[in-house]
Amino acid sequence: MGMTLTEKILARHCGLERVEPGQIVNAKVDLVLANELSAAVAIGVMRKIQGATRVFDATKIALVADHFVPAKDAQSASLAKLMKEFAAEQEIEHFFDVGRGGIEHVVLPEEGLVAPGELIVGGDSHTCTYGAFGAFATGMGSTDIAAAFVLGEVWLKVPASIKLIYTGAPGPMVYAKDIMLRTVGELGIDGATYRALEYHGTTVDELSITGRITMANMAIEAGAKNGIFRADEKTIAYVKERTDRPFVVERADPDATYERVVSIDVGALEPQIACPHTPDNVHPISEVAGDDLPVDQVFIGSCTNGYIDDLRVVAKILEGKRIAPNLRVIVNPGSQKVWMQAAQEGILTTLAAAGCAVNTPGCGACFGGHMGTLGDGERAISTTNRNYVGRMGSPKAEIYLASPATCAASAVTGRITDPRVLEYAPMSSASPTSS
Amino acid sequence: MEATLRGHAHKYGKNVDTDVIIPGKYCNIIDQAELGKHALEGLDPQYTSRMQAGDIIVAETNFGCGSSREVAPIAIKASGTSAVIAKSFARIFYRNALNIGLPIFESAEAVDGIESGDEIELEPATGIVRNITRATQYRAAEFPPFMRSLIDAGGLVPYVEKRLSDSASS
Ligand code: SF4
Repeated sequence: MGMTLTEKILARHCGLERVEPGQIVNAKVDLVLANELSAAVAIGVMRKIQGATRVFDATKIALVADHFVPAKDAQSASLAKLMKEFAAEQEIEHFFDVGRGGIEHVVLPEEGLVAPGELIVGGDSHTCTYGAFGAFATGMGSTDIAAAFVLGEVWLKVPASIKLIYTGAPGPMVYAKDIMLRTVGELGIDGATYRALEYHGTTVDELSITGRITMANMAIEAGAKNGIFRADEKTIAYVKERTDRPFVVERADPDATYERVVSIDVGALEPQIACPHTPDNVHPISEVAGDDLPVDQVFIGSCTNGYIDDLRVVAKILEGKRIAPNLRVIVNPGSQKVWMQAAQEGILTTLAAAGCAVNTPGCGACFGGHMGTLGDGERAISTTNRNYVGRMGSPKAEIYLASPATCAASAVTGRITDPRVLEYAPMSSASPTSS
Repeated sequence: MEATLRGHAHKYGKNVDTDVIIPGKYCNIIDQAELGKHALEGLDPQYTSRMQAGDIIVAETNFGCGSSREVAPIAIKASGTSAVIAKSFARIFYRNALNIGLPIFESAEAVDGIESGDEIELEPATGIVRNITRATQYRAAEFPPFMRSLIDAGGLVPYVEKRLSDSASS
């Protein structure tokens, strides 16, 4: 009997011929990630572990300050400082402070720290993002991260896999975000708990790297442990440009066992939107745009949609226009590199001229930390991944999740808007089917 | 976590996510007592003022979904809550709760049988849940053997210490 992609990677990392769903294994990790919030707690735990003085391998740890950067207050500054001092003490070179990095999940692939076949754990639930590169990647809490810092190993229960098959070409204004929102809507927010998602089909073969990142990123929104794509020539080219570290490309066996198979006809999809207050409350945009819902804030950014391709889509829609009156539009490019690329292409100027506030890279408003927190009774449309009560600030605010195109269209009108109604010629480089 | 736990139930619905357990703005707090003051604030702002030490949170499916923030179980524990009983838990929360020593129990029959205010007694070692108010009893799912050994070792930290001392002596 064959193995799934996830089973293959786990088996190799625990030195076994094969593993089965439900089996508990000790697996070696290739990279351990933490941000200033999870690192601060993990460092505290590591200090309590008797006999633990050094991390297992200083080259296999990445520390990124992104949640509250630039520090929003003295408390946040002290967490970032704690992480910085730990990096110096342990001689951890992959330490990214504000101005050098950005959002952890945007930075790691850019820096060549993620490669196919690798096993990555992170003190952040969206660590599953690296499945876009054919890696097994999963989020954990700080005590598990402290253990991984010290041992270079984690215990894992091998998840059963759900095979997702996508076919058909996306219609106008349908992006990877729409495809993934639909997927979360189909599965439900606990539909994949303790499971791996394995993405297949002609649609995702055609998808750009950033499109795959958007989809792997939101595997956790269905409760999944990880979400994984097959690494292809596009993936290998992307990774080889950034690292010369050797890696092993694993493949799912043709006779692998899946717990279930879900097929999605992308050709039949219109743009999708997740309504308050769960990411699986997903509807076609036409059902929601008709309600004429005014918005107070549009947020463009996050590890889901803070990439250069996303900013290009937004700039194309806002070019030469002004955002609607009585509206705030906040843009956080995902990383310093994305910011610089957007600056070079004139995107930041286009967005600022349209009336957007362009922030420095980081998580920003995504989790209600700072730089765009919502007030009581406000409504936002956002390119992020979660819309739970209070996620972006006030528990009395409403959050809608959509693609950068839908968010940009809504920025123009000030209401939740179907992007297909705007006059707009899609650029080939921004379409989800390009590389 | 072997002593019998006793307290009144506070019952909630499904998908209680980590953003409502401890909102993002508090995630830069390290002090556990301070975190405890904000437990469940996004869901039930009166929880910490109404509850008494030892009380038990009872919830439907997928408790603790969302972010990996370990401050979520830490805040619940620091509030004085003695345990959480749910029909199911999100996986990162499940690991985190066991790692930091917040007792959690999976039992659909207990959740269905308990109402807010009921007086509950829990035996962690056996998974027996007694509803004193209604004079009924339920059983929680057993932990898989590996989890049981982690719990018996006292959590993940002692487990890592043992691994370190084993490898130092080998
Ligand atoms: S951008 Fe949002 S979802 Fe992504 S790591 Fe930051 S807070 Fe988490």
